[in-house]
Amino acid sequence: MMRLLRLLVLALVMAFPLHAVQPDEVLPDPALESRARAISQDLRCPVCQGETIDESNAPISRDLRLAVRERLLSGDSDTEVVDYIVRHFGEFVLFRPRASGSNLILWLAGPLLLLVALAGALVYLRGRARASESAPVALTSEEQARLRDILDR
Amino acid sequence: MIAEFGHFALILAFAVAIVQAVLPMIGATTGWRPGMAVAAPAATLQMLLAGLSFAALTHAFVTSDFSLRLVYENSHTQIPMLYKVSGVWGNHEGSMLLWVFILALFGATAAWFGQALPRELQARVLSVQAMIGAAFYAFILLTSNPFLRLAEPPMNGRDLNPLLQDPGLAFHPLFLYLGYVGMSMSFSFAVAALIEGRIDAAWARWVRPWTLAAWMFLTIGIAMGSWWAYYELGWGGFWFWDPVENASLMPWLFGCALLHSAIVVEKRESLKAWTILLAILAFGFSLMGTFIVRSGVLTSVHSFASDPARGSFILAILAVFVGGALTLFAMRAPAMQARGVFGLVSRESALVMNNVLLAVASFVVFIGTLWPLFSEMAFGRTLSVGAPFFNTAFTPFFVALALILPVGSVLPWKRGSIARASRQMAVPMLLALAVAALAYAVGTGQSALAPTGAALGAWLIFGSAMDAFLRSGSGGNRLARLWRLPRADWGRVISHGGLGVTILGISLLLAWSVEDIRVAKTGDTFTIGGYDVTLQSVDTVEGPNYTSTMATMRVARDGRQVAVLYPEKRVYPVQAMPTTEAAIDKGLFRDVYLVIGDEQAGGGWAVRSYIKPFTNWIWAGCVLMSLGGLISLSDRRWRVAAGAAKVRARAVAAE
Repeated sequence: MMRLLRLLVLALVMAFPLHAVQPDEVLPDPALESRARAISQDLRCPVCQGETIDESNAPISRDLRLAVRERLLSGDSDTEVVDYIVRHFGEFVLFRPRASGSNLILWLAGPLLLLVALAGALVYLRGRARASESAPVALTSEEQARLRDILDR
Repeated sequence: MIAEFGHFALILAFAVAIVQAVLPMIGATTGWRPGMAVAAPAATLQMLLAGLSFAALTHAFVTSDFSLRLVYENSHTQIPMLYKVSGVWGNHEGSMLLWVFILALFGATAAWFGQALPRELQARVLSVQAMIGAAFYAFILLTSNPFLRLAEPPMNGRDLNPLLQDPGLAFHPLFLYLGYVGMSMSFSFAVAALIEGRIDAAWARWVRPWTLAAWMFLTIGIAMGSWWAYYELGWGGFWFWDPVENASLMPWLFGCALLHSAIVVEKRESLKAWTILLAILAFGFSLMGTFIVRSGVLTSVHSFASDPARGSFILAILAVFVGGALTLFAMRAPAMQARGVFGLVSRESALVMNNVLLAVASFVVFIGTLWPLFSEMAFGRTLSVGAPFFNTAFTPFFVALALILPVGSVLPWKRGSIARASRQMAVPMLLALAVAALAYAVGTGQSALAPTGAALGAWLIFGSAMDAFLRSGSGGNRLARLWRLPRADWGRVISHGGLGVTILGISLLLAWSVEDIRVAKTGDTFTIGGYDVTLQSVDTVEGPNYTSTMATMRVARDGRQVAVLYPEKRVYPVQAMPTTEAAIDKGLFRDVYLVIGDEQAGGGWAVRSYIKPFTNWIWAGCVLMSLGGLISLSDRRWRVAAGAAKVRARAVAAE
């Protein structure tokens, strides 16, 4: 039963890609429309599995797309539109998490780790540059036998 | 009967794996030769048994034996034979069976081609490989038995998920698993070396072919998945930063780093501990990929059979193996002394930079993928991390990588000069700038993405060509010498060029893609990106196991017909599931991508059309990258050592 349910959910979620942006939603002003598309591509469909409202077919995504366009028509800036959607649906709909509070860890983790890794690499490389070549370890008798095998071929 | 046989073979394989895990390890530790001698035959036997089990399940799918629950749930008498076969791994249980079969297969190759390995090392490698195997046999037998019967076999099955009924997706999991599981060999080699406490150039030389093979398969698997998404999901996206995609990207990145650091171990006996760590991480992330897909902790379009109980089992396997390996690493790593000495500017340093960038990039993908889970647990903040984050946080690493790659690839070992390498790369640099100027001129007034990406791609492509040219020395007869370059050199040149081709494709596609959404009535013509598209007719067509709404659309340019395309919308009645089949006119410089939508209330059809420039370069680049891997795999230096083993074996036989 659960399996069937999951398939059903999957069907609902994935199966109607064509219900993404419909011709009747498109705004007549191309500049506004392209802003609307850019905004929708950063917003997550609240009921789908990881789709943007731009790609999604769920009815709620259509409502959201229409809401975005309505706000744009009434003169909101891009940030105001996004704030409006977040007020109603929460942070979850943002595919680009806000760089505030605990999310700073997320945003800064990469750059910080890069600095740490670069520092570590530099220490290692300087160590290698200063080291003196150590004497090669003598071959064991078994290794010498193999070496002869290879060379004699 | 055959299904029970398959079940029994699987149980036997489990038993053999346990023997193979225990005896050779004891043998290698105590110097007991018979114990070590068990390893190779056991690996072969285990592979045969797992293969039999897999063949039995395939037989059930091919003959549509609906008394098996798995077949009933994932197949149907009417689907084409290809999908009956691919249905075997189009579900959780079957795909796990494929997983262990491939694991056993890789173990067996180490038994067959690894005869020249030191006896103790081979015994330990096969033992570790069998431990992983045993854990996964237990997982399948206890939580995901594919051979369960139904008391009353139904007349027909519930069909394979229609999205999986596609040639591109039929083999995508196969390659992905060959890649994921292939990383287990590097892991087994790393753990065996840690136990032995000895890592040298020979070890690196042994581990590299398997890493190369795994990385190659993973590249193809990822490319296939991305290609499938492009033509099947109906809006022409090729990468979604979906958790499951990320799960395959992380081992790929670590595998890539491992390939490069193993060169330093092989040629210069440095970076040993780091290489071991990478081998552990590459497989650790493969296991984590399996965990992410199988547990459903991160909701994703791919998790077609997620189950928390199975998830925790895999998490336990992950914890034991990666935790154990890392503990061993912490104990033994300090003993691994670097030997090579090199300057700050040298090939070694360039490879270290490659590793830093790849590893940190992989870490960014990791934290981005798991952040929603972590944030909810730790801070109670339910949020999403998607494409916009990854595009911002991940891309810079690949830009940096692409920038240093051509210069790094011509730096000499030990000590080089940036000035000299830059002089050598002056021609590719100029050509790349010319390409950037061209891209700027063609796409005036658009974002900086096209010129930047095109320049980076061209820099890599021309840089690789220059790399090959410089290898051929100086003076006459260059072509002949170019031809005789070691295969490893050709592999490097082709793979690096392939990366350039992919980068070029991605950036030009993203920068120049054109889209048109409209309602079209039959007979209507509209223009998109210089092409005239006419919706000629829309018909209903019956397929073998679906009903299709098929449009006939004519694409013309300057009055001349370019193509007639048939985009479809299919409904699979058994699962009551519609899919879109975009129609694509493929080309070297652009794809025309047409999608037919719903019939509109006021007459006409919703039609989406795209002109997608340079799309095929993305996958052509991936093919080049794996081709480079394949060529490198055929390099003479792997065969020399393997040949020595045969000579020795013959000499022993003659005595």
